[in-house]
Amino acid sequence: MALGKEQIAKRIAKEVKDGYFVNLGIGIPTLVANYVREDISVEFQSENGVLGMGPFPYEGEEDADVINAGKQTITTLPGASFFDSAMSFGMIRGQHVDLTILGAMEVAENGDIANWKIPGKMVKGMGGAMDLVASAENIIVAMMHVNKAGESKLLKRCSLPLTGVGCVKKIVTELAVLEIVPEGFKLLERAPGVTVEDIKNATEGTLIVEGDIPEMVID
Amino acid sequence: MINKKVQNVEEALRDIKDGMTIMLGGFGLSGIPENSIAELVKKGTTNLTCISNNAGVDDFGLGLLLQKKQIKKMISSYVGENAEFERQMLSGELDVELTPQGTLAEKCRAAQAGIPAFYTPAGYGTEVAEGKEAREFNGKMHILEEAYKADFAIVKAWKGDEAGNLIFKGTARNFNSCMAGAATITVAEVEELVPAGELDPNQIHIPGIFVKRIFKGEKYEKRIEQRTTRKRN
Repeated sequence: MALGKEQIAKRIAKEVKDGYFVNLGIGIPTLVANYVREDISVEFQSENGVLGMGPFPYEGEEDADVINAGKQTITTLPGASFFDSAMSFGMIRGQHVDLTILGAMEVAENGDIANWKIPGKMVKGMGGAMDLVASAENIIVAMMHVNKAGESKLLKRCSLPLTGVGCVKKIVTELAVLEIVPEGFKLLERAPGVTVEDIKNATEGTLIVEGDIPEMVID
Repeated sequence: MINKKVQNVEEALRDIKDGMTIMLGGFGLSGIPENSIAELVKKGTTNLTCISNNAGVDDFGLGLLLQKKQIKKMISSYVGENAEFERQMLSGELDVELTPQGTLAEKCRAAQAGIPAFYTPAGYGTEVAEGKEAREFNGKMHILEEAYKADFAIVKAWKGDEAGNLIFKGTARNFNSCMAGAATITVAEVEELVPAGELDPNQIHIPGIFVKRIFKGEKYEKRIEQRTTRKRN
């Protein structure tokens, strides 16, 4: 069974370690915050200028001046701080943020990522994604393994305009957990009930399978 | 005390002319200079180049200027919230320069701080790097980005005093504090304007030296783009 978006978020949440400052992108990455273990200390950074993001506000307590990078109303937790955009990206480029989790349209086996533009069709802009991927030491991509037409999004080379080069370290999709190594996509885990063959068929880039591939454990 | 106070938005923006380059603070609709945007719509100033992280939504923020075709060129990082923008861009009516968000912020900050250019890793190996000098530092590639040059910077703060000192609230600080002082003339509109001496100097985010004119905005709608809440247990 391929994973749903919530389950992808749950699996990625296991990668978040005690003491991490984490930047979450829009979409599936935002959901990760809901599944981080409660017995560890983690702070979420949003690039529009807040560290120490909390849950959404209760109805009636929304504040137009307190939002995340997805323009959603949020709250802050004890120890939170606000700052301007230049300082926010100083934190990011300066590698003070430990982990970046973001979405992608395509990832290539050399770690290239494309997620901001489909020429002639969709141009929303890169937002902070180029700064994040160029700077973060630890980048996890949350994405669908195949597009709606069933075509692989894990490629030998990206076909869309790039967001960053050689930067992706790990990918969690509805089918698998993969690591980027010099030889290609190394398969680490399978979604429950998904076979290595299924993953091979869904991966255009070089897939490296060594030994028995365990199923993901998602509580 | 050097008094920066002007009576209203008309006076603050009296000499904005067609064809100028204007920086506008805000992230999404949070912290945008609402009163100044309304005044630009009213004045009908055209051919503007606007430097702003986003382009508003169809019927609010910079979307109002786009609707009236007052903007010739937008310099932004993310414009996905605005259908009219996407239409004008794809049809070629609007010139668009998409810039990584951190680079956009730093190009403002550099202008504010008298730094003509800087190297950043953001955008290396992408379309953004085309035509730009690339250089390796500490084993990593960077591209050279230049500070913006703008005629006006229009920022919005929560509180200000007559000396032009500014205090922001929450994430509405965003690009506002990077843009203050980054253009020939900086105009600040504030929700609350107090006499000099009433704000604690320890709490000032942007010193008045960066602000040329300050006025109290007549009203603030402070529209929320994505109202997200949770239920009480």
